[in-house]
Amino acid sequence: MKAPSRVREMPILRVIARALVPVILLFGLYVQFHGDFGPGGGFQAGVIFAAGLIIFALVFGGEALRQVVPVVLTERLMAAGVLLYGAVGVVAMFLGGEFLNYSALDPLTTGHHGQHLGIIVIELGVGIAVAATIMRVYYAFVGRRPDEDGTDADPALDTGAGGEAS
Amino acid sequence: MIEKILVLEVVLPLLAAPVCVLVRHPRFCRLFSLGVVAACFAIAVALLVEVRGGGVISYQLGGWPPPLGIEYRVSTVNAYLLALVTSMALVVFSFDSRGGPPRVPEQRRHLYYAVFLLCISGLLGIAITGDAFNIFVFLEISSLSSYILVSLGGHRRAVMSAFYYLVMGTIGGVFFMLGVGLLYQATGTLNLRDIAARLEPSLDDRGSVLALALLVVGISIKLAVFPLHHWLPNAYSFAPPKVSAFLAATATKVSFYLLAMVLFTIFGAPFVFEELRLQAVLLPLSILAMFLASGAAIFQNDLRRLLAYSSVAQIGYMTLGLSTANATGLAGGLVHLFNHAVMKGGLFLVVACLLYRVGSVHIDALAGIGRRMPLTSAALVIGGLSLIGVPGTVGFVSKWYLVSGVLERGWTAAAVLILLSSLLALVYVGKVVEVLYFRKPAETQPIDHVREAPLGMLAPAWVLAAAAVFFGLTTDWTYGVAREAAELLLAGGI
Repeated sequence: MKAPSRVREMPILRVIARALVPVILLFGLYVQFHGDFGPGGGFQAGVIFAAGLIIFALVFGGEALRQVVPVVLTERLMAAGVLLYGAVGVVAMFLGGEFLNYSALDPLTTGHHGQHLGIIVIELGVGIAVAATIMRVYYAFVGRRPDEDGTDADPALDTGAGGEAS
Repeated sequence: MIEKILVLEVVLPLLAAPVCVLVRHPRFCRLFSLGVVAACFAIAVALLVEVRGGGVISYQLGGWPPPLGIEYRVSTVNAYLLALVTSMALVVFSFDSRGGPPRVPEQRRHLYYAVFLLCISGLLGIAITGDAFNIFVFLEISSLSSYILVSLGGHRRAVMSAFYYLVMGTIGGVFFMLGVGLLYQATGTLNLRDIAARLEPSLDDRGSVLALALLVVGISIKLAVFPLHHWLPNAYSFAPPKVSAFLAATATKVSFYLLAMVLFTIFGAPFVFEELRLQAVLLPLSILAMFLASGAAIFQNDLRRLLAYSSVAQIGYMTLGLSTANATGLAGGLVHLFNHAVMKGGLFLVVACLLYRVGSVHIDALAGIGRRMPLTSAALVIGGLSLIGVPGTVGFVSKWYLVSGVLERGWTAAAVLILLSSLLALVYVGKVVEVLYFRKPAETQPIDHVREAPLGMLAPAWVLAAAAVFFGLTTDWTYGVAREAAELLLAGGI
């Protein structure tokens, strides 16, 4: 039997990836939402989540992933994540505290509910922004092909340049 | 009231950037960012009014008290910088580039505005924060976004000069970071005032001397102090003209504040200028910058490069003010931040007008343009006179106090050199004016079709030209604030 020439045709990879990708995504969510009790947090979770999707793209093709997560969506999610983070700070200001003072988020109870709530929402914002940014970086790399005059173009995307300075 | 919303100065542009990315509508982004910048300007002015006369406003982020939490601390020094950055941002944003350069494609225009807002937010953050690591974060935000802005210049060399700027800027950032690390090791704190209180610098303490060296070199790269200025001419001449105007007017100014803050607040003038004698390095470099960069400007044939080299020379005046380490000289350096921002910002906006109508700012292409675009050219002449330091313009005010400060220090030779270097400025400004008004246009390049720049471009350029005259005659606001800031810095506070 002739060995498959392309990664995408290798049956072992396909089967294992199919089994692993959901687990990786789930683990990413675990790291995200368990971050306030144990090691973890938004940044790590975002990277793990994006890594899972990138493995999917490496095995099943970038086009398949682009159908699930369009390029424009990654850009919007990058912005939305940052905005979610900042919104928590602004809401805290409206509730009478300082910017990002989570305690103000729950003025009725004197306990630490506000702190808890604040850190969860903020880390969610970080997770979304990081996952989207990593995927956008991946799209930018795989989307690059030299076009006729030798300069690099970004044909599939047409929205390059930029990103969050995080 | 103002102390409750102080943080919005940084947060507004920081959050407006993702809003621009989400909305994507170019026209909305343009008006929205203009509104945000105007709000920031209003806050900065309110802060300046509030802290004048020695007031200080402190804000604890997240309700964590300093030195553990991040503290935003506004005194006259910070408020002056905030007002400078936001006023320049407001003028530059109100400049209507009308689809002229930068030719950022329509579908990417929203990213251009988002990055611009991030850059403003980073610069304001550096000026407002009282936390050393927070400064580094904002330094990176402003630097990364300014690399992107420079690379949008359209010309292929814009990308190359942005990359060069990136390499140099990152080296500067790393040096700064290492310096902060050493300070943290020595004092165990990141709050600037806490560092200043705990640090006891002495020549025997290698750690603190090394920290000072790293910080000064790192910031000097960002500030483009003479031998480290190499990124600046390319970055300013290939960036989109609005970006050049903004960066020339603000980015180096904020770095100057950072340098002054490190020298005076953290290490203290007695150590830096009496024990270590930093002026032995800073003064010759400043004078070299004034002469060599002005000399280089004379031989430039592209107006943007000419102005960029002139910027390097003007930074020499600012660091000269720093090295006098007395109230008059330092106030002269500080007031030159604003004065130079006004004139160089105005000149780069004039360049944007010329680029839009003439298509090139090469010296040969500008022959005879003075007759076709009288108002634009007049604004250029006012800015040029101010660069020379003619009485009645802001340039004169700066040089007056610089020379007074230098004489107070007893450096007569340096005072003579300042005046001599003004002659070089006379040469390069004269060269442009001669071409604009007196040279006949080349036969191959007819200029009959060239018309005056549209009002949306002319008005902001003239606002700055008028400011160059106004603040040249009335110095209460500019020099008054700068003097107060200088005295505060010399006393070791911010």
